[in-house]
Amino acid sequence: MKIPFSYSFRNLWTRRLTTILTASGMALVVFVFASVLMLAEGLRKTLVETGSYDNVVVIRKASNSEVMSGVDRLQASVIESQPEIAIGENGKRLLAKEIVILVSLSRRGSDKPSLIQLRGVEESSLPLRPQVKLIKGRMPRHGSSEILAASGIARRFKGGGLGETLRFAMRDWTVVGIFDAGNTGYNSEIWGDADQFMQAFRRPVYSSMLFKLSSSSEFQGFKERIESDPRLTLEAKRETRYYTDQSEMMATFLSILGLSLTIIFSLGAVVGAMITMYAAVANRTDEIGTLRALGFQRRNILAAFLIESLLLSLIGGCAGLLFASFMQFLTISTMNWQTFSELAFSFSLTFGIVYKSLLFSLIMGFIGGVLPAFRAARMNIVDSLRAA
Amino acid sequence: MQILKLLLKNSFRHKLRTSLTVFGIMIAILAFGLLRTVVSAWYAGVEASSATRLITRNSISIIFFLPLSYKEKIRQIPGVKNISYSCWFGGIYISEKNFIPNFAVDAKTVFELWPEFVLTDKQKNDFLHDRKACVAGRKIAEKYGWKIGDTITLRGTIFPGNWDFTLRGIYKGAYKSSDETQFFFHWDYLNESMKKTSPNRADQVGWYVVGVKNPDLAADVAAAIDKTFKNSLAETITETEKAFQQGFVSMTEAIVIAVRIVSFVVIIIIMAVMANTMAMTARERIGEYAIMKTLGFGGWHIAGLIFGESLIIAFTGCAFGIAATYPAANAFGDAMSTYFPIFNVQSETIYMDIAASLVVGLVAAVFPAWRAVKLSIADGLRRIG
Repeated sequence: MKIPFSYSFRNLWTRRLTTILTASGMALVVFVFASVLMLAEGLRKTLVETGSYDNVVVIRKASNSEVMSGVDRLQASVIESQPEIAIGENGKRLLAKEIVILVSLSRRGSDKPSLIQLRGVEESSLPLRPQVKLIKGRMPRHGSSEILAASGIARRFKGGGLGETLRFAMRDWTVVGIFDAGNTGYNSEIWGDADQFMQAFRRPVYSSMLFKLSSSSEFQGFKERIESDPRLTLEAKRETRYYTDQSEMMATFLSILGLSLTIIFSLGAVVGAMITMYAAVANRTDEIGTLRALGFQRRNILAAFLIESLLLSLIGGCAGLLFASFMQFLTISTMNWQTFSELAFSFSLTFGIVYKSLLFSLIMGFIGGVLPAFRAARMNIVDSLRAA
Repeated sequence: MQILKLLLKNSFRHKLRTSLTVFGIMIAILAFGLLRTVVSAWYAGVEASSATRLITRNSISIIFFLPLSYKEKIRQIPGVKNISYSCWFGGIYISEKNFIPNFAVDAKTVFELWPEFVLTDKQKNDFLHDRKACVAGRKIAEKYGWKIGDTITLRGTIFPGNWDFTLRGIYKGAYKSSDETQFFFHWDYLNESMKKTSPNRADQVGWYVVGVKNPDLAADVAAAIDKTFKNSLAETITETEKAFQQGFVSMTEAIVIAVRIVSFVVIIIIMAVMANTMAMTARERIGEYAIMKTLGFGGWHIAGLIFGESLIIAFTGCAFGIAATYPAANAFGDAMSTYFPIFNVQSETIYMDIAASLVVGLVAAVFPAWRAVKLSIADGLRRIG
């Protein structure tokens, strides 16, 4: 016969202080575990949403990012005439020659500078990025010192709001529109006219070219052709691939940090659970003896104590997840070491993370509880009754 | 003396529980120490920078260059002792995974401005007389097994092409905090190649490094330099090397803050574990406490016993944790040398370890001690019956 579930539950309830302390230790571990996973997921989501699979980025060979790259007008026009480029609704090619520049801007309410990406865009830049939407104001006029700011920039940086002006490259630039790009990397950018930026910064080269493929399968052929063309020193990447490469260092850093933290922290929590469960067994020696005398089997005792430990860890796991879910309101903005530009991403909770965190807390409970439960199950009836 | 003996006996009465707790505290202190070291490693560049060096860079951002012609103009400004320049080369050694900070520097002046890079006279001479020469820090030379005379090829990201260098010197840091992972070579080599391939990018430097005669003059000299180039095509920002480094660090501040928070979370976790141990210990001994009270010991005496026991366990764990921090930091530092060129455990970290375990020991004992003080003899004796 099985020992009723309520036995395990009531045991936890009777010794509330101990239960709360142990569970809160576990809750914190699960909190850290879930937060790190959420952060990594948030970063991944930002990158995946930033790029589209059918878009191709062309940059100078071996320059890892748009900021370092340079594509002169001659090479740009060769790319422009390639047959793989899709045609847009207005009959023009869906291709944008862009220039990307870093400028240092100050945050609102502080003088700390951050490096912000400035993107000189063309007419088709917007249709190529469906995730970018104009939410306030209008598009800048071609050939003027007008710029668009992302909503993230408008909120956090001095002079970024609608109607305000920013000063760089010896000119004042008026913000005439605000765009929203959700969780993507574009949400920390400022857009303006590519030709104007080239003039103002005295940089007569494009940084990159972005275009949409008319058919997804043509990528390999295009890549091979332009990379073997002796006139060109360029390379092509799918946009999704390009953005993943950009943050490889940050992603690796997060996963190393997260993994080492989780391992170290879980050791602490397992120790806590073990202490609690050993004490639970030691305190109830006579009870265990009585249960055995009543006819409960060794494996029933084992199960009862394991369930108690699993229950304890589940309480901790749920509490930890609850706190971790509040982290979704936070956005982390930091510098991407590979591009030196600002990268903002938020914590993102998915079903997979919930499942992994609960599983992780149950594993901690199991490891902490299995040895004490074996000790309980192996007790001799006579000895344990005598101990009382 | 008797008290101490009693405390020790009490502490190790439950061998399994005490050793588990000590192990838990050891892990927590180890984690805390490592995380604090990560934070200090983050600021290592700031700490190591000199107060007599100024950095002059383009005011737009670090990716824009300054003309070489600024060099003589800056040199004329009163208070300037010496001047050097360099630029970020951004070359990749074999693959992106092997991150090496590499710079093109002015070979003639580099060692004047960076006295902390120590090279033998012969190596210095060899470096000066070979335009394709490069110098690498001791740590990266060991990591990649480079020897003097080896040819090292970097793939340029900002400056296209494959660049061959001959290793002519391996420098050592003058202090423990000096960065021994840098790689630098002749700016002239880069410039001559740029003149051939893309002339509009020639005669440009990334930033100037200005040595001032007296650290007190730094602010005035910086203002004077920026004023000289005001309203030119390449306006400048001049700040001390410390402020320059700090600017870089503050861009990644969010991560530092997260690491800081997490380092306190681990202490709170272990506080819960430790408090649990003490609560259980005290609960089991309620009968004993009642008997002690009957014998005439005051409540505060018993509280003292509980606090003492808690502190003994916490400090034992702390001692093991500190002992383990050093080898762990070495291993971690080696594994993460790409991110942290300098990874040393600072003495402040150790003080913080001790303070943390003191707090853990005290907090864990508060509740059980309070219970023991309030305990009435009759209740306590009834519990054992």
